[in-house]
Amino acid sequence: MKRVFWSLWAVIFAAGLVGVVQRLLTGHQLAAYGSYVPWGLWVAVYIYFVGLSAGAFLISTVIYVFGVKRLEPVGRLALFTALMTLLMALLSIWFDIGHMSRFWRVYTRGAWTSMMAWMVWLYTAYFLLLLAETWFAIRGDLARNAAVPGAAGRLARLLSFGRGDLSETALAADRRKVRLLAMLGVPLATAFHGGVGALFGVIGARLYWHASIYPLLFLASALSSGSALLTFLAAFWGPGRGTREHRDLVTLLATVTLGLLVVDVLFEFAEFSISLYATIPAAVQGFLIVLFGPYWWVFWIVHLGLGIVAPAVILLARRHQPQWAGVGAFLIAATFISVRLNIIVPGLAYPEVQGLERAYLGPRLSFQYFPSLMEWQVSAFVASLGVALFALGLRFLPIVTAREREA
Amino acid sequence: MSEEQQRATSTRRAFLEKAASAIFAGMVLGGRPLRVQAGSAPSAPTASSVAVPMPKAPFRISPQAREDVLLRMQRDLERALRKPLRERRWAMVIDTRKCVGCSACTIACVLENKLPPGVVYRPVIDTEVGTYPNVTRKFLPRPCMQCDNPPCVPVCPVRATWKREDGIVAIDYEACIGCRYCITACPYQARTFDFGEYWTDGAARGPDGGLALQSGRAYQAEPGFEYGREWDRADGASPVGNVRKCQFCLHRIERGLLPMCVTTCIGRATFFGDSNDPESLVSELASSPDVTRLKEDMGTEPKVYYLL
Repeated sequence: MKRVFWSLWAVIFAAGLVGVVQRLLTGHQLAAYGSYVPWGLWVAVYIYFVGLSAGAFLISTVIYVFGVKRLEPVGRLALFTALMTLLMALLSIWFDIGHMSRFWRVYTRGAWTSMMAWMVWLYTAYFLLLLAETWFAIRGDLARNAAVPGAAGRLARLLSFGRGDLSETALAADRRKVRLLAMLGVPLATAFHGGVGALFGVIGARLYWHASIYPLLFLASALSSGSALLTFLAAFWGPGRGTREHRDLVTLLATVTLGLLVVDVLFEFAEFSISLYATIPAAVQGFLIVLFGPYWWVFWIVHLGLGIVAPAVILLARRHQPQWAGVGAFLIAATFISVRLNIIVPGLAYPEVQGLERAYLGPRLSFQYFPSLMEWQVSAFVASLGVALFALGLRFLPIVTAREREA
Repeated sequence: MSEEQQRATSTRRAFLEKAASAIFAGMVLGGRPLRVQAGSAPSAPTASSVAVPMPKAPFRISPQAREDVLLRMQRDLERALRKPLRERRWAMVIDTRKCVGCSACTIACVLENKLPPGVVYRPVIDTEVGTYPNVTRKFLPRPCMQCDNPPCVPVCPVRATWKREDGIVAIDYEACIGCRYCITACPYQARTFDFGEYWTDGAARGPDGGLALQSGRAYQAEPGFEYGREWDRADGASPVGNVRKCQFCLHRIERGLLPMCVTTCIGRATFFGDSNDPESLVSELASSPDVTRLKEDMGTEPKVYYLL
């Protein structure tokens, strides 16, 4: 099973690498987006992973800020997941910009009027905070592992930066720092992911995006997809698998996920119903593309069927069995990319000025969009790199410690 | 022929010569005088570009009865350029009743600004109106509106696009990171992205290439002159990877030439000038009751007016 998985991974990663090389050599020429649909798969992948990150992080604050002890065993897993998905998100959006070498200008000449600049500043702060918090959360175990022979020990010695103090006072100081950082992280993650929603919401020219529910919807969907991802990871790689504690933990996570899914569906219903009931056709266009456009199945089958109904049934009926709970949660987390694609593309897939689609023709001047092979490859690279880093972290870092695995 | 008649003929001939040279200067010279300015950076958001010294001839033309409107606009332009930058307010008026949908402006703009595939500054929207047998076509050229409240400006994360004092919304290609956020923010879809493509991509090379392809490739290798400096697109250099848009041929107007779409309009349906100057043709036309602007209710305050 493991061998099959990693063989498949190697194939996907290699294909992804080819795409990345093509992207670096030929720029945006092999991408399918154009001047009228200027954003595509990579932006969708970006908000997908960034949502997973914000969601996983906010779940971790339930443990570290609000002291919900029952979830404590997955605290570090949640932090590490948030860190890895954030890295994947940033990598994806980096490939998307026209001049990759100029990204740092958002720091040197950023505009406070731009939601995009705010988003970059906030996620930079969030990234640093996440790094620090994860480090304080695992420092004690790193110090303990420093004595272990082999690669894990060497890595632990390197990453503990010589801070080997294992006294109760030192560990308590670590816990206090984690709590403090988590407390700072709540408003930061809220601002940062709400800000991603606002990035679209503020665009008055696009009625499909211009909804004040967007920042809130983004938070709800981040929580729902992030907790689903964490439930999936905890079910299959979490601490103490096979024990009653593990089962209870996964059941609790699955129940939380189910509740958050309901909230997310409620927000989404509010957004869709209000817009669809608007009697101005221009306000409805984007939603009609989602529901009945050429990619109708992305909404009806992938999102509604596989992302809401199927996992809801599984989680309602089988959430007490960790593996079923994991499968249900996986469905929510994995199919969430369909929600992200349905935010980006339909908002851009119709002309703002009637007749523009026929005014001047060219392959980049089309309102139809389906990602090109190179775009899929680059996204596959981002995803497979994330999976590998995550697996390496799980193997060599005290995310789920050996003690917990055996427990 | 009497002496008087002879004098009249010679004045008429002199006038026609001057007129022709003025028009052709506008059409043929293109951005050439700009080579003088090559290398100078585009103006920063705060800095106002200094008025460039005006070429002497052939623009001093006194008004004549029944003259081409281009001549009046040429004088308007010259007058505007004598004022400091912040006192100018460039505006365009498009008479849709005169537009025949020939797309000469679109193509001239593509040539003037060296636009690659996928980038267009001034498409002409061609729509059919009515039901048979009462059918007609209407044409709507759509340059950048140079809005007074441009929605594309505040969204730029790196302040690479801004509203100049003379009203033109400019882009600094060297600063733009290519995130394309501004494209989504423009309600007129006037911004497009340079993907680094060439018209001759994939076409035959060598002996099969033919003269047309050879000259086509040579033309594409020529630099563009937007914002008054040379832009060489080779090897993915800016403006490749940047968002691009109409800037009323800023590089031409600052050298005393009308925008390319104006000089090439066969029906004289596009007018350009300083809306701060009550004497200018655009000021006159823009105050007609037939005037409208695209998506006026949005409050973006476009500087492009349409006569219906």
